[in-house]
Amino acid sequence: MTMDTPATGNTRVSKASQGNLIASAGHVNDFELTDEERHEIEHEMGHYENPRAASIGALKIVQKQRGWVSDGAVIAISDVLGIPSSDVEGVATFYSLIFRQPVGRHVILVCDSSSCFLTGHDELRDALSNELGIGLGQTTGDDRFTMLPVCCLGACDRGPALMINEDLHGPVDPGDVSALLERYT
Amino acid sequence: MTSHLFSTSTNGETHPLTYRLREDRGYVDLAEFQQKDGYEALRTTLRDLSPDDLIENMKTANLRGRGGGGFSAGTKWSLTARGEDHPRGYIVCNADEMEPGTFKDRMLMEEIPHLLIEGMILAGYANNARMGYIFLRGEYVLAAERIERALAEAREAGILGPKVCDSDFDFDIFLHTGAGRYICGEETALINSLEGRRANPRSKPPFPGQSGAWGKPTVVNNVETLCNVPAIALHGGEWYQNLSGGRSEDGGTKIFGVSGRVKRPGLVELPMGVSGAELLDMAGGMRDGLELKTWLPGGGSTGFLLPEHLELPLEFDAIGKAGSRLGTGLMTVVAHNQSVVSLTRNLEEFFARESCGWCTPCRDGLPWSVKLLRAIERGEGEEGDIDMLVALAHDIGPGKTFCAHAPGAAMPLETAIEHFRHEFEAGIRHAQHKAHAEPIPVGSV
Ligand SMILES: Cc1cc2nc3c(=O)[nH]c(=O)nc-3n(C[C@H](O)[C@H](O)[C@H](O)COP(=O)(O)O)c2cc1C
Ligand code: SF4
Ligand code: FES
Repeated sequence: MTMDTPATGNTRVSKASQGNLIASAGHVNDFELTDEERHEIEHEMGHYENPRAASIGALKIVQKQRGWVSDGAVIAISDVLGIPSSDVEGVATFYSLIFRQPVGRHVILVCDSSSCFLTGHDELRDALSNELGIGLGQTTGDDRFTMLPVCCLGACDRGPALMINEDLHGPVDPGDVSALLERYT
Repeated sequence: MTSHLFSTSTNGETHPLTYRLREDRGYVDLAEFQQKDGYEALRTTLRDLSPDDLIENMKTANLRGRGGGGFSAGTKWSLTARGEDHPRGYIVCNADEMEPGTFKDRMLMEEIPHLLIEGMILAGYANNARMGYIFLRGEYVLAAERIERALAEAREAGILGPKVCDSDFDFDIFLHTGAGRYICGEETALINSLEGRRANPRSKPPFPGQSGAWGKPTVVNNVETLCNVPAIALHGGEWYQNLSGGRSEDGGTKIFGVSGRVKRPGLVELPMGVSGAELLDMAGGMRDGLELKTWLPGGGSTGFLLPEHLELPLEFDAIGKAGSRLGTGLMTVVAHNQSVVSLTRNLEEFFARESCGWCTPCRDGLPWSVKLLRAIERGEGEEGDIDMLVALAHDIGPGKTFCAHAPGAAMPLETAIEHFRHEFEAGIRHAQHKAHAEPIPVGSV
């Protein structure tokens, strides 16, 4: 057990910029939603009793194309939904899969819950760290990978498990890490 | 890639949840589902039963909530605000499955989402709901794909939308995918999240059945709970209750499972009240060279049990009396050479990280327990640390915090110390023996 596992949420990428001030009043927001994003968000709004409910969906829509959610995106989303940007920011910083700072092209979510812990999570995490030269919550210098911890992936029978982008892998032998990462360029 | 099933059956009378699964374990589409009696329960119910009849059936069935709490689904439904004086509300399916060691809802949603959809429409009919939401955790990408496909098929066939199956009842379902955080699974936090807010729990009362999503009556049920509804509607509550065949008062079958260092981790549908020993046997027992030290009966928020407890029936009351909880019914096993201190530290790290931060005992108490546990794990615990952990567990126990997250964290901590105090004592500085073992590398046994 060489690496420190973050015990609280504040070491996560998604939280790292929590203290940043959003572009203050008077600041020109040069961020613009694409027509497609705007359209998708408006479509999402139609599924609920009020537009606020689409805030998480909207953040995910923006993140899907851009990889992360910038200050400007928070403001643009709040404009579309008609709610204060501080509310959108409150939501953006709460949820672990919304990234408020840039992440790598591929996001690795390593399950660190009990069943994976019992089937070799620590060895797997260390193998990933050695291979990538980063710890949990960090991004490689070439912006290829970001590695984050995640709650039980519901693949406990295949532990230790991880996800890379939308792909679930498990059980992952620490010896196979390098071959696995090769597949994500 | 799908979960291994210990045994399968095509008999709907004994395996109502899994008898329709395909041999290749692929997606059961609408045509195949209907060919295997799918949506029959919905059609006959809309034709022959009133919402009250269905609720009576549910109560007789004694189907206890499969999301971990074990509350009777029939009782919950009977408390929903219905009738002329109340607006039509929502059925919310809790598909946030994140309880450590739990992997059952994923299988049901990936392979047979039509069963969930049928259950939700029936729940909507019984509770006078207008719409259903499936609150699915964001990481379940394949489940999302399959659910969307099933919803489209059902809409196309007139099973969802206006005039469900040509009746006077209209109902539609929308898939809502989440963005992480375990606390979203707590039902009132889930409602806040659905409304686009931070997932802090709400105070109860009012209960969601009175005032839930957007202030409307809202029924929150787990995926597996809802998947049981069609069979109850079709064959009756008494039939369902009898499925557990005298082994348990709890009705029906359940998806049980095993993970940890067993020979064949996986899932199986069994009657409520089956013993832990039978279940572990089906998983092939421990891997060669390993012996069972302790086990969690139903996820990370349940208490540690000993090998002798394997003889107990897996049902809510018996497991509760033994000082634990049935929880989600997915067993996690710990081998003789794995450290209970380390595992407890891992669990408390999880709960500390996932605390929503609303109330102090949980937000500050849990990181403190992690600090103490880490010290003990390194053999650097101080005199009094164990008593402090016991006191902490007590202070975050039932009734002392805003939601059940903290009591869920307290249970493994309390029971770990109760059953394995010697392992904790070995981690106190100057202790005679340092008896804790590192987890062994995967694949080595
Ligand atoms: C911290 C916490 C997390 C929970 N997570 C889940 C979950 O992921 N899935 C679930 O079905 N129930 C979860 N529950 C239980 C729900 O609050 C609620 O009891 C359940 O959805 C009710 O459905 P049921 O009666 O059908 O089980 C959780 C409870 C707590 C306190
Ligand atoms: S017990 Fe924990 S998770 Fe629940 S409301 Fe309090 S701080 Fe939030
Ligand atoms: S504990 Fe890792 S997938 Fe469940």
